[in-house]
Amino acid sequence: MTEKVLMSGNHVIGEAAVRAGCSFYAGYPITPQNELTEYMAGAMAKLDDGTFIQAESEIAAINMLIGASMAGARVMTSSSSPGISLKQEGISFLSALELPAVIVNCMRGGPGLGNIAPSQGDYFQATRGGGHGDYRNIVLGPASGQEICDLVTKAFDYADEYLTPVMILLDGMMGQMMEPVVFPEYRDISTLPEKTWKIDGAKGRPRRVIKSLLLDVNVEEAHNWKLVRRYEQIKDKIQMAESYKTSDAKLTVIAYGIAARIAKSAVDRAREEGIKAGLLRPVTLWPFPERSLREAASNNTEFLVYEMSTGQMIEDVRLSLNGSSRIHFHGRPGGPVSTPADIYEQIKKYYPR
Amino acid sequence: MITKTAFAGSGGQGVLSMGYILAYAAMRDKKNVTYLPSYGAEVRGGTANCTVCISDEEIASPVASAPDYAIVLNKPSMLKYQGIIRKGGIMLVNSSLVDAKAEREDIEVIYIPANKLALELGSERAVNMIMLGAFAAKTGVTSLESLAGGMSDVLKSKSAGLVDLNKKGIERGAEYALHER
Repeated sequence: MTEKVLMSGNHVIGEAAVRAGCSFYAGYPITPQNELTEYMAGAMAKLDDGTFIQAESEIAAINMLIGASMAGARVMTSSSSPGISLKQEGISFLSALELPAVIVNCMRGGPGLGNIAPSQGDYFQATRGGGHGDYRNIVLGPASGQEICDLVTKAFDYADEYLTPVMILLDGMMGQMMEPVVFPEYRDISTLPEKTWKIDGAKGRPRRVIKSLLLDVNVEEAHNWKLVRRYEQIKDKIQMAESYKTSDAKLTVIAYGIAARIAKSAVDRAREEGIKAGLLRPVTLWPFPERSLREAASNNTEFLVYEMSTGQMIEDVRLSLNGSSRIHFHGRPGGPVSTPADIYEQIKKYYPR
Repeated sequence: MITKTAFAGSGGQGVLSMGYILAYAAMRDKKNVTYLPSYGAEVRGGTANCTVCISDEEIASPVASAPDYAIVLNKPSMLKYQGIIRKGGIMLVNSSLVDAKAEREDIEVIYIPANKLALELGSERAVNMIMLGAFAAKTGVTSLESLAGGMSDVLKSKSAGLVDLNKKGIERGAEYALHER
């Protein structure tokens, strides 16, 4: 399909997943991601081997993913903040079991039930490993319809390559907003590398075991270090960020997702008035694009972190820069969305004189 | 050049459809476009609004600080949007349902008796297309042909009668806005 189609972010996720070869989706309704669950119901029904399950709960859905992923399918589930909290046990298990899966969090205002407005309050949960144990997941933060498509496509490949859950982290507004998107062709999944670990019947071959109960402490420790070596590989290979007008910036805004789009307009307005502002937009939230940040910092800029939260990504900014630069913060937790004019005011407020 | 247009009214008035059809028409014209709906708790009779950005360049923020244009179908929407539309902008008001006048002097306000015009065409379902036709004619953000083409594409699975009615609505709205006010 080379033709542009006008679609909401939630629908783009669904279509991109189907084209990437996803044949198993389980989920439970919650706003503002319901359109995705609805889309997958229709899309899976059209596939010869597609499975769609509206599960009895979010917990059931993530556990169904464990089974379907073990059996070798490309699998996805989606939810919004409170529902993602419920899935954390399963995400920890998927990580321990080294199972590929794509998990979508269309964030809403929290904590608790909160509201259905767009938010970025789940950054810690997503990037730190929201469940128990020593694990990390790849976390991708798209900022446009086309990027949602591209990153969902990549997410399935990363999950298979690095044997890990991959989270698509977006906010309710990204899920609802429509933009023109060009989709890739359908992936021929018979061309993907064989999953030599999958559990599909042991007739004629040695049996395979996938489990996370490792009672021998030495075995568990070795397993943890094995995961860490893979995380190091991921950190090395897939850091992604967009740098916009950063080369001569004296104040660089750092924002991701929809917040970065709003900030970009503010940066444009600031530039029109001779203010040397720039934007650095992390695309991979884990691994955090430390290299891009350090490169920007080497140009002697100060930073303004803008998040739709009380300040979560700013910790990764501080860790990346390790005291080398001044870092300011502007946050709007709980659902309100800043306008470009609001962020422009923040740029003026913090612009170094 | 980027234009940001806000659409607002009650749920069920076709507010989101107006925005979607404009966005679709602009995409057909090879423009960059974003369509940002309000979402969630809105139901029939509640408030509904959306913002459509159209540009030849990449669109950064889909959120408007101060929209260039607003199309408002009821009084609460007019009261809200007359406060945030940019200086020199244009607001189109459905005067069949809004009995007040806008208070801003520094914007152009165009009153369209859309329900009355729609009834003359045979159905109040044409109200939103009358407003959209008037909008396109006054602002030039998109052509009437693109709008009608986009509308037909969007509604092709619906009845041919509705598409015809909507086409007439777009033309009638444009005609009224340009010649009859």
